[in-house]
Amino acid sequence: MTKNWPDNQLPVIARFEVRYRNYLAPDGAITRPPPAFASDIGLLVSLYRAMVLVRAFDLKAVALQRTGRLGTYAVSLGQEAVAVGVASAMRDEDVLLPSYRDNAAMIWRGVKLEEILLFWGGDERGNHSSGPVHDFPCCVPVGSQAPHAAGVAYAFKLRREPRVAVCLFGDGATSKGDVFEAMNFAGVHKLPVVFVITNNQWAISVPLRLQTASETLAQKAIAAGFIGEQVDGNDAVAMHAAATEAIAAARDGRGPRLIEAVTYRLGDHTTADDAARYRPPEEVQARWKDEPIGRLRAYLVGRNAWDKAKEEQLVAECQTRIAAAVERYLATGPRAPETMFDHLYATLPPVYAAQRRDVEENH
Amino acid sequence: MPQVTLIEAVNMALARAMADDAGVVVLGEDVGVNGGVFRATVGLQQRFGPERVLDTPLAELLISGLCVGLASQGLKPVGEIQFMGFIYPCVDQLVNHASRLRNRTQGRLSCPMVLRVPHGGGIRAPEHHSESTEAMLAHIPGLRVVIPSSPEHAYGLLLAAIRDPDPVVFLEPTRIYRAAKGEVDDDGVALPLDAAFVLREGRDVTLISWGAMVRETLAAADALDTEGISAEVIDLATLKPFDEDTVLASVAHTGRCVIVHEAARTGGFGGEIAALIAERGLTSLLAPIARVTGYDTVMPLPRLEQHYIPSVGRIVAAGRAACRFN
Repeated sequence: MTKNWPDNQLPVIARFEVRYRNYLAPDGAITRPPPAFASDIGLLVSLYRAMVLVRAFDLKAVALQRTGRLGTYAVSLGQEAVAVGVASAMRDEDVLLPSYRDNAAMIWRGVKLEEILLFWGGDERGNHSSGPVHDFPCCVPVGSQAPHAAGVAYAFKLRREPRVAVCLFGDGATSKGDVFEAMNFAGVHKLPVVFVITNNQWAISVPLRLQTASETLAQKAIAAGFIGEQVDGNDAVAMHAAATEAIAAARDGRGPRLIEAVTYRLGDHTTADDAARYRPPEEVQARWKDEPIGRLRAYLVGRNAWDKAKEEQLVAECQTRIAAAVERYLATGPRAPETMFDHLYATLPPVYAAQRRDVEENH
Repeated sequence: MPQVTLIEAVNMALARAMADDAGVVVLGEDVGVNGGVFRATVGLQQRFGPERVLDTPLAELLISGLCVGLASQGLKPVGEIQFMGFIYPCVDQLVNHASRLRNRTQGRLSCPMVLRVPHGGGIRAPEHHSESTEAMLAHIPGLRVVIPSSPEHAYGLLLAAIRDPDPVVFLEPTRIYRAAKGEVDDDGVALPLDAAFVLREGRDVTLISWGAMVRETLAAADALDTEGISAEVIDLATLKPFDEDTVLASVAHTGRCVIVHEAARTGGFGGEIAALIAERGLTSLLAPIARVTGYDTVMPLPRLEQHYIPSVGRIVAAGRAACRFN
């Protein structure tokens, strides 16, 4: 006779856990012993400088948009540590697949500020990037670059190249099949790819609780068969550490990783958005205490590695660099309209020559 | 030379491309051990290994997106979608990425991928297995849309598609996968893309078609011949970009044109050809342009599909009417 067991005594066949990583408290204090690289103050200063640059650049870009000299633009205010932390953990030969809010990663990889302005200013020449030639341009349809990352990583595996694909997308993208399809395939083939979710709590006006019932986004990796880790996305040290570990694991053939970077979008979704329509200013105000730049600055100041003079010098350097980029952007001459055909195909099919001529003669 | 079917010619071309170029990777659902649901990839995994002939998870968007990623790094992926009714998740990747990667990076990255998709009805398949939505794909700038009508064309055009530096959607007419037989020399010689083929020269009317419908169109030309009507038959072969010159030259010669396609009429590619002739060949027309197409209905299930797909009789009637118009 079969014995009837109560449901709560059915055997557990799997248990999963998601870990959370943080080293710096919002006031810059140490929460747990940081990884060895944190003793390399030069590296931390470079992370800090990159975050300050992109914040100042964002501010300038918004000013250009408000004065009609730039198109719609997406700032990364408050989440600079994510893209900087990840990009700084990559090698040149790795491939970055960023989303539209990951300028900081692209700039770290060598994309020029004026190229980013050109792109958002409506000129494809901005995507003729000065970053590594194999990097992807920023992806606008959310999450649709995740399958590309899996394909890139499969190419590396096939060629036995010790390279890693690093794919950045937001919390909203995790609602799309694209992202899971890519993670699932990456898990099956243990591909050298790292997926990074910038969880900034809001997909335009939709908050995370309406995006998912998952306790964490990191656990989305579990169904795909690999490790997902949640990281304090406002802690540049934690982001750099998590990305370094994940990229090393991927490079060593230990398969993909998922990093959920928990941060907050302090700004509007884009310059075409007004976040005050859907979220209270008190919420945004409260989150300012967590933001990543002040936190790392406090840590560096506490280590006597940063001071007011250095800060002033950095701000001045950023302003000079940004001003020069804006000048180059604004001075970029118009493209000949018929060049819209130039990169449509490797060789323009003759059947479109008449259309090209039409543009040439009538525009 | 051996007689092979169209599907065997596809297999020959894939094997030849993989043997010639280590960068060619075949991927899709069931393409490996099983050799594909239509057996297009049979034997490839045994010969080239599971890394290059890859059984993917059941996810069409993924297959097309993987192709973009692979192609961006210099490989030559050939993805297979099992039926045209399943291509729609791929359309996002085709429109937003594959077709414009070269353009949006100003040539820094390119996307030399091929997506092979069985096309059209007439095989008594279940719902969603018999679609003919090539016009939707042909509308996408930066893409190539190619469809063979015979084993020789399947072999030569597929080789050309794989060697092409830009993304190609290669539509394979399921109805003639095994019905079409021909001699194919496995010589590795590609046929030209972007070029229509004049399959039969004629004097009185131009019949234009592609894919499986070319068979009915040729049969219609035979039937018209017995009535004393000499029909020229053009196989368009590449729909995007299509060979306007061959179409216009033929219509200038015959003065009459019947366009035959299996896809629904509204927004079908026949309208594009008719518009071209109206714009640049109107004065040579001796009769209105006629279209013989599928109807503006969902592709019926097998019991009615033969009424949907243009018959030889409908094409003959249109050709006859064009020639009697005055």
